[in-house]
Amino acid sequence: MTSAITENPEATKPPSGPQHKGHHPWWIYFTFCTDHKVIGIQYLVTTFIFYLIGGALATVVRAELATPASDLVSRELYNQLFTVHATVMIFLWIVPAGTGAFANFLLPLQVGARDMAFPKLNAVAFWMVPPAGVLLIGSFLIEAPGSGWTSYPPLSLVNNQTGELIWILSVLLLGTSSILGAVNFGTTIIKMRMPGLSFNQMPLFCWSMLAASALVLISTPVLAGALILLSFDLVVGTNFFNPAGGGEPVVYQHMFWFYSHPAVYIMILPVFGMISEILPVHARKPIFGYLAIAYSSLTISFLGLIVWAHHMFTSGTPSWLRMFFMVATMIIAVPTGIKVFSWVATLWGGKISLNSAMLFAMGFLSMFVIGGLSGVMVASVPFDIHVHDTYFIVAHLHYVLFGGSVFGLYAGIYHWFPKMTGRMMNETLGRIHFTLTLIGFNLCFMPMHWLGLQGMPRRVAEYDPQFATVNLVCSIGSFLLAISTLPFLYNAIHAWIAGPKASGNPWNALGLEWQTTSPPPIENWEGDPPLVEDSYAYGSKPGKKSVTALKGSDLWKTPV
Amino acid sequence: MDIPVTILTLLAGIAITLVSLWFGLNNNLLPFAATSTAADVDTLFNVMLTISIGLFLLVQGLIVISAIKFRRQPGDESDGPPIHGNIPLEILWTAIPAVLVMGISVYSFQIYNQMGGLDPMNHGGHKMEPQAQVAMASDSFEGPMLLADGTVNPEYKKYAAGVGAAPGADAPDVTVNVMGLQYAWIFNYPEGFVSGELHVPVNKDVQLDMVGQDVLHAFWVPEFRLKQDVIPGKNTQLRFTPTEAGTYPIVCAELCGPYHGAMRSQVIVHDEADYDTWMQTQIAAANVEGEAIAMTPPNLSSAPLDPIIQAMDMDIRAEELAQLHPSAHGQMDHSHMQHDPAMVMN
Repeated sequence: MTSAITENPEATKPPSGPQHKGHHPWWIYFTFCTDHKVIGIQYLVTTFIFYLIGGALATVVRAELATPASDLVSRELYNQLFTVHATVMIFLWIVPAGTGAFANFLLPLQVGARDMAFPKLNAVAFWMVPPAGVLLIGSFLIEAPGSGWTSYPPLSLVNNQTGELIWILSVLLLGTSSILGAVNFGTTIIKMRMPGLSFNQMPLFCWSMLAASALVLISTPVLAGALILLSFDLVVGTNFFNPAGGGEPVVYQHMFWFYSHPAVYIMILPVFGMISEILPVHARKPIFGYLAIAYSSLTISFLGLIVWAHHMFTSGTPSWLRMFFMVATMIIAVPTGIKVFSWVATLWGGKISLNSAMLFAMGFLSMFVIGGLSGVMVASVPFDIHVHDTYFIVAHLHYVLFGGSVFGLYAGIYHWFPKMTGRMMNETLGRIHFTLTLIGFNLCFMPMHWLGLQGMPRRVAEYDPQFATVNLVCSIGSFLLAISTLPFLYNAIHAWIAGPKASGNPWNALGLEWQTTSPPPIENWEGDPPLVEDSYAYGSKPGKKSVTALKGSDLWKTPV
Repeated sequence: MDIPVTILTLLAGIAITLVSLWFGLNNNLLPFAATSTAADVDTLFNVMLTISIGLFLLVQGLIVISAIKFRRQPGDESDGPPIHGNIPLEILWTAIPAVLVMGISVYSFQIYNQMGGLDPMNHGGHKMEPQAQVAMASDSFEGPMLLADGTVNPEYKKYAAGVGAAPGADAPDVTVNVMGLQYAWIFNYPEGFVSGELHVPVNKDVQLDMVGQDVLHAFWVPEFRLKQDVIPGKNTQLRFTPTEAGTYPIVCAELCGPYHGAMRSQVIVHDEADYDTWMQTQIAAANVEGEAIAMTPPNLSSAPLDPIIQAMDMDIRAEELAQLHPSAHGQMDHSHMQHDPAMVMN
């Protein structure tokens, strides 16, 4: 690698006039706008609002569980609360925030494109999300779904049928939005890369989005199929999954998990990509093992498609199938381990700046490791037979999806906020936010491992009084977690309105998205973007100018 | 004092190993183990926990040390060393997890085989009531468990789900038909009575043949480390040998409606003598009840329980017949009688 960033050819130097400058007015964010940056921010703000709603639902769930008896809300409402909580968090927060928000904002900037491959389709995909969310959350006014986010028949066919239908419609809308998004991301990464940017020079976020988009395209249609068949059973009285008419409820589980296990990777792969971007910048070191991380994303994507029945080890799953899925699931630990060790090696020996983005990235790494290790444990069939559908699983999934995805999303917000808004967030508030989140999260979810092992099943409104104390601890943790969003909210809103102005490259990063103004102009770059051959080329070599001495504008004005 | 890094690393490695081993062996995270195979599952858990704690301490330790040791000093604008990778190191941390998960897979497979997980629905020559079986299973897509002539359907086994006979096991000593419904468990004993609680003798091979009536449920006894979904229109099975007398909770572990959390019962593991006493009491009570039910006009009986009551009624007559003519039981269809403790006493 000679130099990280090639000087621009003479012909493409920025034009002197102001014609490519300019920014959108504020109200553009409420319109059908085809600018990928606007759509990315629309996704992020919308999904964060849904995250707050989903969190409020979780707080009520934990308030009910603070005591062993079912005494705060009715049992019916309790089931509706956890059903909508899970659906909101998965389909309206993590999936659209990871893929929709960050991929939309970052992909064109990272591959040097002016916009996504299909801008109108992109806007259509976004504008499916708000109605789907309003539909789902509004169902509380009529009748909310109450059969769990898995909606297993026959229960989903007899319990809260109106709510179930609303749930199906909402998830179908969100699934369609997700597919449209994935078409866009895949095409943009493959076809819209700037001339000279090869696959192996792409930022790792692009690799992880490529892997996640493939998963969306392969698996989401199967969920759509399952839900359409379920709606036929529900509305028209067919018997695809209804055993009363000779249907097979276990087939629904296969179809559901054929999407919903890959969905876990759809939720975590974009975050993997973001972590691979954030760590090198704030540790001032190249990413360790670029190719291993890139290809492990693809491996995870492929293996993610053949492990779904590990959610069904105690279901109507024959023993040979249980053994196959056990081994396949165990193997996923290998590419995931490669990533974790590579990230740790990236940190080791660096010049680590412990700012909010880095703290959340390290928090992600720590918490995700716990979720990953308990994931290997539950992959083992004899052990999973004991803990399946217990609080051990609740703990495991929150360590992966909250400790993993949500910590990573926060890291991403702190890292790219200056680029998105042109303003800096407050670091002190960020650190307070991180500390409260880390403590609240572990207080809430760590004791749940014990609850599950000892015999507390999930999705219950009442439980054995012997678990009362530990459940109270979990509930206190969840309240702390709810409070922890307040400093973040204040910080983000205040910074967006009145925070100190951010430079184009406040972190002195080498990624292409940092080689433009903050926020970027409508066309992303004034003139053509520079070619970044190695966006991880940190490191002081003797006789070379330190990259930290570079300003964004230097990249096309003076040779490095 | 300047201690060499190699020594420190060695000490850290020893410390991590000792802490993991100590925690893995003394975690007390699992409840009481009350069956012959529960302890095997616990050992598997302890092994996985030991490895997990070790890996967690390693990764977490490196992160925390990095955060302290490699923290950027104020005013330091320089970069870290330009290390892009290290192939031998990357091969090492690919190979070690691969070997570990393969080892855990093989070990899990072995435990699962010992539990009887690889052989559900293998009845080892034991026959249950053909009529009841055909009625329960004939609607599921894989066809009946037993063919019309009472022989085992060879096609059935490959779709069978649950935990079955351990390798080399004979026919179960006790078989109970389990029905899961909103929001109760009904245990239908072949001796001719139903119970809301499961009573089993200690140190006997017990088989549960389970089916759901309305929605999915899951039969879980934490102290047995056993769980299996109960599915309408499809039989599933659990088989175990309780080794410790006592009372343990039965928990429904699959969301089955608003009262899912209240769907609980208990399993009482009796000493041999206690179990026989309990069995005799139940049979005597069922005889009284059975006569009462037989005299009840059919239109007064509650609809959902009809099949159970009918089955009960039928069995009771067989029971009475057997007690009247002990020598005739060998010719009867109800070959489960040969495992009936009541018959042993006769």
